Amino acid sequence: MSTANSWRQIPQRYRLEAGKCVKCGKLFYPPRLVCDACGGRAFEMAKLPNTGKVVTYTVIRVPPTEQADLAPYAVGLVELDNGVRLECQVVDCDFEQLEVGTPVKLEFRRIQEDTEAGMIHYGHKAVPV
Amino acid sequence: MRDVVIIGVGTTKFGELWESSLRDLAVEAALKAIDDAGCDRIDSLWVGCMSCGLFNGQEHLGALVADYLGRTPMPACRVESACASGGMALRAAWMEVACGQSDVVMALGVEKMTDVSGGKATYALAAASDREHEAFHGVTFPGLYALIAVDHMHRYGTTREQLADVSVKNHEHGSHNQYAQYPHKVTREQVMSSTMVADPLRVLDCSPISDGASAVIVAALDESRSLTKNALVKIAAIGAATDSLSLHQRKDLCEFAATIEAGERAFKTAKLSPSDIDVAEVHDCFTISEICVTEALGFFERGRGGPAASDGATRLGGKIPVNTSGGLKSKGHPVGATGIAQVYMLTKQLRGEAGPVQVKNARRALAQNMGGTGSSNVVTILESGS
Ligand SMILES: [Zn+2]
Repeated sequence: MSTANSWRQIPQRYRLEAGKCVKCGKLFYPPRLVCDACGGRAFEMAKLPNTGKVVTYTVIRVPPTEQADLAPYAVGLVELDNGVRLECQVVDCDFEQLEVGTPVKLEFRRIQEDTEAGMIHYGHKAVPV
Repeated sequence: MRDVVIIGVGTTKFGELWESSLRDLAVEAALKAIDDAGCDRIDSLWVGCMSCGLFNGQEHLGALVADYLGRTPMPACRVESACASGGMALRAAWMEVACGQSDVVMALGVEKMTDVSGGKATYALAAASDREHEAFHGVTFPGLYALIAVDHMHRYGTTREQLADVSVKNHEHGSHNQYAQYPHKVTREQVMSSTMVADPLRVLDCSPISDGASAVIVAALDESRSLTKNALVKIAAIGAATDSLSLHQRKDLCEFAATIEAGERAFKTAKLSPSDIDVAEVHDCFTISEICVTEALGFFERGRGGPAASDGATRLGGKIPVNTSGGLKSKGHPVGATGIAQVYMLTKQLRGEAGPVQVKNARRALAQNMGGTGSSNVVTILESGS
């Protein structure tokens, strides 16, 4: 990932900034340029809540190169309290503890180290509460 | 719009083919289709390939294949829709003939995946998901389908045994396929004790990394009599649709909305319904995918795909035989070739040339090919000629 790409994503990745359609109020994470519900093109920034629940989950046993040192690790599709969904790792728990509906909070964590650009990429991981 | 028929089909063996290059595979499949048609004329070429850039460091595949096939200056172009690239290439060829621009067009699908390490292949395949919001977090493709599997099991009571039975059935069918990468049978116990990849999916739930190519030649019905002696197979309809690239943008993970939409479009154009189909090839990149898409296509009610996999409904001789080629699981999944390989098999079925896996009196066939987690879908309905 290039430095510019990583920098570009800082608002959404570091600060969980979503886009809220000014016209109809639909939330988009990551932010978009056009609303798929009403066609609106004006958005205001809306910060996502950092709590939600696991909709579905799995444990990655065969990881990609970037996450090779983390495997096995759990990932989940998380629905936040305002209905916005995202995918992220679920950490600091036993895999057996995980189930559909497990309540989680998002924490700012290191996601991967980029060997090409020599950067460390941060973002959020879910932790069961 | 003109009626379009398939006049020739060809395929390479699928597998880890160290001796064949990307261009060798493409040309081998093309020549086999030309020989099968008995027709040397091709007006135009569409090449479906997902990621020759990441797998082989080679783009610009249309001209490369046209050249090595000895057909320049014929127009040629690559089509990319992840694992639906092959099906989309056929759609382009079909439209080109239907609209009258060309009379005889080849749709070719190819992928050469084994020249890179497993890590690089995983990276290339992850390009079909949302790189910034799925792959970034370490969610692999088996991982994405595992998320779907857990949801399906939770909501519909689909069992681990039912997932395994998809693999058992496809390997049983594939054991008769001389072109299959893994033409051997597996047992439920073998599937359920194979290496875990992403819970609950094990290695025998996953289609393999493969090399291979397949080709189909389509022609205007009016011209076809003078071009080939083969029994004609008509393209009754091709429907295509899209859905979000990432799973988290969907409210319902098991729905496969783009499969439903592509299917409905194809059935509507062909004036047919799911019960009219005699044999189908569907995109079983993972065992859970076959369960979800056989529901989305209307072969089974929502949530009934699992029981259908276990009760023999999708087996040869069942209500709707699915993946008589062995599917992606046993036959192999050179991603860009898959959509064309499905149509290769169904053409053989409709010509009555499918040997030990022949479905008796097969007259109507359906191919469902998809990219990513169903983000791109193409459904093709074929009918044996009158
Ligand atoms: Zn809106």
